[in-house]
Amino acid sequence: MRLKTFVAVLGVGAVVACAPVQSGPTSSGTDEKTGQVRVWLFDEVNRGPKETVVKEAISEFQGKHSGVTVDVQYIQVSSRAERFKAAFSDPKSAPDVAEFGNTDLAGYVSAGGFSELDLNAWSESKDLVPTILDTAKVDGKTYGVPWFVGVRALYYRTDVFTELGLKPPTTLDEIAPLARQIRQRKPELIGISAGGKYLFAALPFIWANGGDIAKQDGGKYTAAIDSAEAKAGVAKYTELIKDDICPPATCAGNGGDASVEAFRAGKAAMTIGGDFNRKSVDASSAAGKYAVVPLPGKTAGSIAPAFAGGNLLGVMKGTQRKTLANEFVQLLASKKYQQKMYTAMGNLPTFSDVQKQVSDSDKFLEPFTKTLQAGTKFVPVTPAWAKIEAQTVVPTMIQEVVTGAKNVDTATADAAKTMNAAFSS
Amino acid sequence: MTSKGQGRTAFAYLTPALLVLAGLLAYPIYQLVLISLYDYGQEQVSGGAPLTFLGLGNYQNLLGNQQFWTVLGQTVAFAAVCVVGTLLVGAVLAILATRVRTWVRMTLFLAALGAWSTPAVAGSTIWLFLFDANFGFVNEVLGIQGFSWTFDKWTAFGLVAAQVIWCSFPFVMVTLYAGIKAIPGEVLEAAALDGASAFRTAWSVTLPLLRPIILVVTIQSIIWDFKVFTQIYVMTNGGGIAGRNLVLNVYAYQQAFAASEYGLGAAIGVVMTVLLLAITMFYLRALRRSGEVL
Repeated sequence: MRLKTFVAVLGVGAVVACAPVQSGPTSSGTDEKTGQVRVWLFDEVNRGPKETVVKEAISEFQGKHSGVTVDVQYIQVSSRAERFKAAFSDPKSAPDVAEFGNTDLAGYVSAGGFSELDLNAWSESKDLVPTILDTAKVDGKTYGVPWFVGVRALYYRTDVFTELGLKPPTTLDEIAPLARQIRQRKPELIGISAGGKYLFAALPFIWANGGDIAKQDGGKYTAAIDSAEAKAGVAKYTELIKDDICPPATCAGNGGDASVEAFRAGKAAMTIGGDFNRKSVDASSAAGKYAVVPLPGKTAGSIAPAFAGGNLLGVMKGTQRKTLANEFVQLLASKKYQQKMYTAMGNLPTFSDVQKQVSDSDKFLEPFTKTLQAGTKFVPVTPAWAKIEAQTVVPTMIQEVVTGAKNVDTATADAAKTMNAAFSS
Repeated sequence: MTSKGQGRTAFAYLTPALLVLAGLLAYPIYQLVLISLYDYGQEQVSGGAPLTFLGLGNYQNLLGNQQFWTVLGQTVAFAAVCVVGTLLVGAVLAILATRVRTWVRMTLFLAALGAWSTPAVAGSTIWLFLFDANFGFVNEVLGIQGFSWTFDKWTAFGLVAAQVIWCSFPFVMVTLYAGIKAIPGEVLEAAALDGASAFRTAWSVTLPLLRPIILVVTIQSIIWDFKVFTQIYVMTNGGGIAGRNLVLNVYAYQQAFAASEYGLGAAIGVVMTVLLLAITMFYLRALRRSGEVL
């Protein structure tokens, strides 16, 4: 009896008195001018050329600053969420500078991970493409420098199109009938390789129809995925994942990589791929037999707004070498090194003049730079987006429609409900 | 020595074990319950936002969510199929092992140990290769190239259940085999002398003697199969098309931990712990009622 009372008192006391652990304020006052600058960059399948460019930048940086070393750690993209969460929770294990995806920005900033950057003093910054720089901003404040950008366009098989006497689509609405026709005449081919989990292929369909995932009103987001325009886009995209174009049993579970993989394997007549997919497609059975055009918009001659993916370089809030970290970011993201990174990795630069320079010298890039110039769009810049992505809200919605589990109205309404719950929490 | 003194000595001897238990069990559960009462996301962990006490808010949120109940139902059914399958396969092979020659038994045991020792991720991936729609060995043998096992909800669940049974039957088999071997020969001989049939011996002699062991492997299997994560996560690519192959653990990971909603995740953890405790208690009571001495 006495024991029970004791346990009860202890329990109540513990719940009232204690709270889950929180780490303290992360920003430190010190700004050392020597020592080691720690940098996290993403590992890539073929990292060699990237590493060479980074090493070059490091030796230039170390030459300018005596007593300073730069240590680079390459982290896996797939486990980045855990690595960054750990770094935010324990500033001692955190780097000073980090590369990160622009869709992760809002979540990282609200977690208190990155510090605001002042780019005014940096002369090159005025040439950054504004819509791309916007992907590095939260509530009007800049937290990163866009290092490279990635956009998607329409890849198609020139041999198949010539054989069947077809021309690439000129409007978004032409894609489905065209793809259907190809599969009808060549049943071994997928008309267009679209994936149920390929969010960045689906978004242009929603945007081109005048819809959006969510709309911002007074700093607060509300889901707009259930608007008439967005629903039209969802219907257009899900139409592609049907037995007569891209059979759900093959395509419903595919994300971007798997969708492009079907094109690489020579099993698809079209797909939506990024400028960054070029090397892998060139090393596949589709090599030399394909061309790229911008994904067309609603009207002939227009371009569907593409998702402006890409990576940023930022300075961590807990850094003890703020000035050095800032300088290193500005060096690695400079025009000179972006140009080098383009040569090494094919990464599209984020400066308008450098972009023009590389696309003038390489015709392949034209559809992508045209897409960029036509205006890109982005996912909602709020920490809630990371949650919505983790909970796979949009892919689930698309998959529900293509499997016939729900119709477009119900699926979008349910997705809107889940999103609004995330936006308001 | 007085009885009070005796009690104290006993307590002193038990202290090290109690301390270990408290550190490894009580404290994590205490933290889990505590976190489940707060709005505890990444912002709160890294100190970017203040903590808000929600009381039972996370639980209300969870229990009011229809998907949670669907997933819970799927988890229970999936675990039930896996437990029954594991026990059946394990028991049949254990009996088989007692009847065959040494080298056959050795081969069986080695094969089973191979399955047992394969890491879950590797095992799941190998199964996926075997059942790949276009290049898989199974489809080639069956002549159904292009058939996707992981697309349809039921074939996907069936495939994962088969994989789970494959990697968990060895434990049941080895344990039951040891149990059967431990039954004194005289008892079986006595049954034979009394003229009992093989079935009668199995039903009235072997089975009752094996009950404590069956009890242990059943509870183990229930707990394991209820908590399946890797196989579903790897083989159905994070819960299947439109999340129709989700089980509770994967659901908790996706909704709560990947989304940095640790409070909600902790609430799911608490619910799972309570459920498993309840199932185990219920099972133990049912056994006790049927006359088993535990």
